[in-house]
Amino acid sequence: MTAYIEHLTPFLRKTPFHPRIEALMHANSWMRWTGHYSPANFESVQSEYFTIRNGASVYDVSPLIKYAIRGREAADFVNHLITRDLSKIKPMQAFYTSWCQDDGMLVEEGTIFRLGENDFLLNAAKDQLHWLEQTAYGFDVQIEEASNDLCGLSLQGPESRQVLRAMGINGIDNLKRFGIQELELNGHWLRIDRAGFTGDLGYEIWCKPESALWLWDRMFDAGRDHKIAPIGAQALEISRIEAGFLLVDVDYTSALHALRPSNRMSPYELGIGWTVNLNKPGYFVGKRALKKEKEQGLSRHVLIGIEIEGRKPAPGSFLYADQPGKVELGLTTSATWSSTLKKNIAYARVPQAYAKPGTEMWIEIWYGKEHKIERSMVRCWATNRMFYDPPRKSA
Amino acid sequence: MSKPNAADVLVIGAGHNGLVTAAYLAKAGLKVIVLESAAQVGGAAVTREFAPGYRVSGVAHLLHGLNTTVARDLNLARHGLDLKAARVKTRSLLPGGGGFEVGPDVAATATSIAAISKADAAAYGPVMARLVKLADALAGYALHTPPRADVTKMDWRDQLNLGLFALSLRRLGKKDMLELTRILTINVNDLANDFFESEPVKALLCFEGSLGVFLGPRSPSTVFNLLYRLSNLGANGQGGFIVPKGGMGSVTQALAASAKAAGATIRTNAAVDHILIENDAAAGVVLANGEELRAAQVVSSADPQRTALKLIGPRHLDTMFVSRIRHLRMNGCAAKIHLALDSLPPALANAAGRVVVAAKPDDIERAYDCAKYGRVSDRPALELVIPSLSDPSLAPAGKHVASIVAQYAPYKLKDTSEHDARQQVFERSLAVLESVAPGLSERITASETLTPHDLETQFGLTGGQWHHGEITLDQVLLQRPAAQWQQYRMPVPGIYLCGAGAHPGGNVSGAPGYNAAREILKDAKAAKTRGAA
Repeated sequence: MTAYIEHLTPFLRKTPFHPRIEALMHANSWMRWTGHYSPANFESVQSEYFTIRNGASVYDVSPLIKYAIRGREAADFVNHLITRDLSKIKPMQAFYTSWCQDDGMLVEEGTIFRLGENDFLLNAAKDQLHWLEQTAYGFDVQIEEASNDLCGLSLQGPESRQVLRAMGINGIDNLKRFGIQELELNGHWLRIDRAGFTGDLGYEIWCKPESALWLWDRMFDAGRDHKIAPIGAQALEISRIEAGFLLVDVDYTSALHALRPSNRMSPYELGIGWTVNLNKPGYFVGKRALKKEKEQGLSRHVLIGIEIEGRKPAPGSFLYADQPGKVELGLTTSATWSSTLKKNIAYARVPQAYAKPGTEMWIEIWYGKEHKIERSMVRCWATNRMFYDPPRKSA
Repeated sequence: MSKPNAADVLVIGAGHNGLVTAAYLAKAGLKVIVLESAAQVGGAAVTREFAPGYRVSGVAHLLHGLNTTVARDLNLARHGLDLKAARVKTRSLLPGGGGFEVGPDVAATATSIAAISKADAAAYGPVMARLVKLADALAGYALHTPPRADVTKMDWRDQLNLGLFALSLRRLGKKDMLELTRILTINVNDLANDFFESEPVKALLCFEGSLGVFLGPRSPSTVFNLLYRLSNLGANGQGGFIVPKGGMGSVTQALAASAKAAGATIRTNAAVDHILIENDAAAGVVLANGEELRAAQVVSSADPQRTALKLIGPRHLDTMFVSRIRHLRMNGCAAKIHLALDSLPPALANAAGRVVVAAKPDDIERAYDCAKYGRVSDRPALELVIPSLSDPSLAPAGKHVASIVAQYAPYKLKDTSEHDARQQVFERSLAVLESVAPGLSERITASETLTPHDLETQFGLTGGQWHHGEITLDQVLLQRPAAQWQQYRMPVPGIYLCGAGAHPGGNVSGAPGYNAAREILKDAKAAKTRGAA
């Protein structure tokens, strides 16, 4: 390549699994995730989606940002940082939580692994070392970015446990939801947690970068008879919405990144108020503000699930109290047609008064139809955001 | 079952502001206990012996900012403080024996300056009068609680205060208001060049503008610091400098007497280790010896960093608040030197007032240059007071004490140990003094040098910053000590800040203590109303 266009050379990083992913990549459909190549789809989004719901899907989660939090007061620090009560979480357990700014606005929500009494790994979608370090003032704790120390595959779907069994992982049947297990297999260190972003039975398998290709090959070997297939972010997105999980920058803006202060949102406003424990011992960042919000009913809106008439997906659509659209209620964020549920579903930001399941509202959907843009005003109903919640997820 | 409450309110620190708050609260009928870590009250306004028989004001050594309302309300005259004492002159000593004097007498000031510059002699009176007038308009806000930053959340009191403030600026008239907006953010060196032609007169103005802030005469915000200091010469302060009889300790002794007369209890040798917090609200304090004292309201007169980071602790606070408090500019920049003198050299024989040694603006700027890079100034600028001239009781018969502020001595040193810095401050300051008052060194029989590091360890002033945070435009009014927390309440319910780290800031004024007391009483009244309902 000639020198003068050197700056145009692709610069994204390749995860340790990249050679295997690239080999299966029909569509050449990549997206960027924390500076890495990440598959958007391999060939067919629909068949990848059905792999999640009916087989064993494999998604490379290596690009997740990871922070190792250790030290004499690591547990005290994490408990101060997060809104949930850490005392309820035992070592070798993962948990989902929120963490907020001073005024109770959400920095991010995500999963933290408690590996020991004072040993944590925090997974995040956005960089926040500075926030963690600021919050750690006065605590005897070390925080290090550990994003490149581990790589991982998310193995999700009804067949996922069978695949792990076939890989020869002992004790996988005993791993409870959000449990963590570490083991050695053929001389390779593995960490397995039972969690994921699909709302289905599923696991995340982490290894050292040098074990990545071995893990991939071993997993696909074992999965041959269990409908194993790699998936991209687009198929994952459908299952993510069915499961009711939030996605930063889609359903909310991190308080650290919002350009307008009013665009920041609290856990209550995002419908994850259950992650806030106002009664846990001690103070945590944002507690006074969150307590006030809850006691005085200061939440401006709440993000709920809605089921929509018809089949037109409705992202970024306005909701109204009335059919003529005179009284505006809010806006949808994530939206999809759920092939499994045969329902048109979305998340919507509405006033608390409209959040009760079954409440009828109207939604205005604009959609393209062969060189035309059409509008439909249809009914929708408030519902639990966890649209899809099969018993096998936690069985 | 926890212990019963020891008092309604516990006040941490018996410095002037702690005592003012305690006195007002006690006057309002609350049971108040003041807890002081030292053996005597006073904090940074204290008279103490530094060599056998020689006593001197520990940190602050001139009284000028004491708020007149506070002094009247608390009857300080009846409690032994002489506020009718003469307002002393400021004498600028120049190398080679020259100098000039400025003071309340405009004609005498003009005559004195005329020997240096006729133009400056004519300009000085009107220029200073106008600056004091501008300073007065700003200082009118000193006894008000700063408004909430969010206009939509202001209550009627905020609106009234802000309205009155705007009105006081408007009352200046168009010309003066424009002049105020022109000069408010600029540097004092430019201002001096606008008005004066001679180096010594410019230098005196530059010295006043840079005293107490880690800034040089060419740094922005030094005019604001100048106005801040000049406001003490106007209606809200004492109208001039007083060298109080008995040293600055007499001010806090009077305050303590007033507080006690009002019913407050003062306990010395009672260092507070931390504030007791239960159910996210103040519950009392724990002393260094482990003793627990309970009260629903705790008021800290310590600086904001000490209050938030040590007494409350980051575990009870939010991330951004802690971060803001940590980043307050608390760069102590002035050292104190105390000299025990056998006799006075001729140049200082009649120096009963205030003496400044800073001949040229560039001298001060160069002194600042050293500090900017972490060194003690090669040639410090000095403020000197010989209190034994007006109060012989401070030294053995016929002997004298000198109290010197030497600027700059940075708190943050580079490649210099604290010990070496102390030595350097002393030696370099004396070298400067010898150039204007030959023969001083040989008359010294004992001395004490307090660097900002010493002010921190001995007086609890974080960073050695005597104003509890520099007085600069970004750290006053709505931003003192931090945006959203300018109304004396700390984030934890029941904890208040009443020291110089709160509005309106430093100097021995008592104004922050006065304002804090008003807010505490407001909350106490609201709680009572709630309780009765």
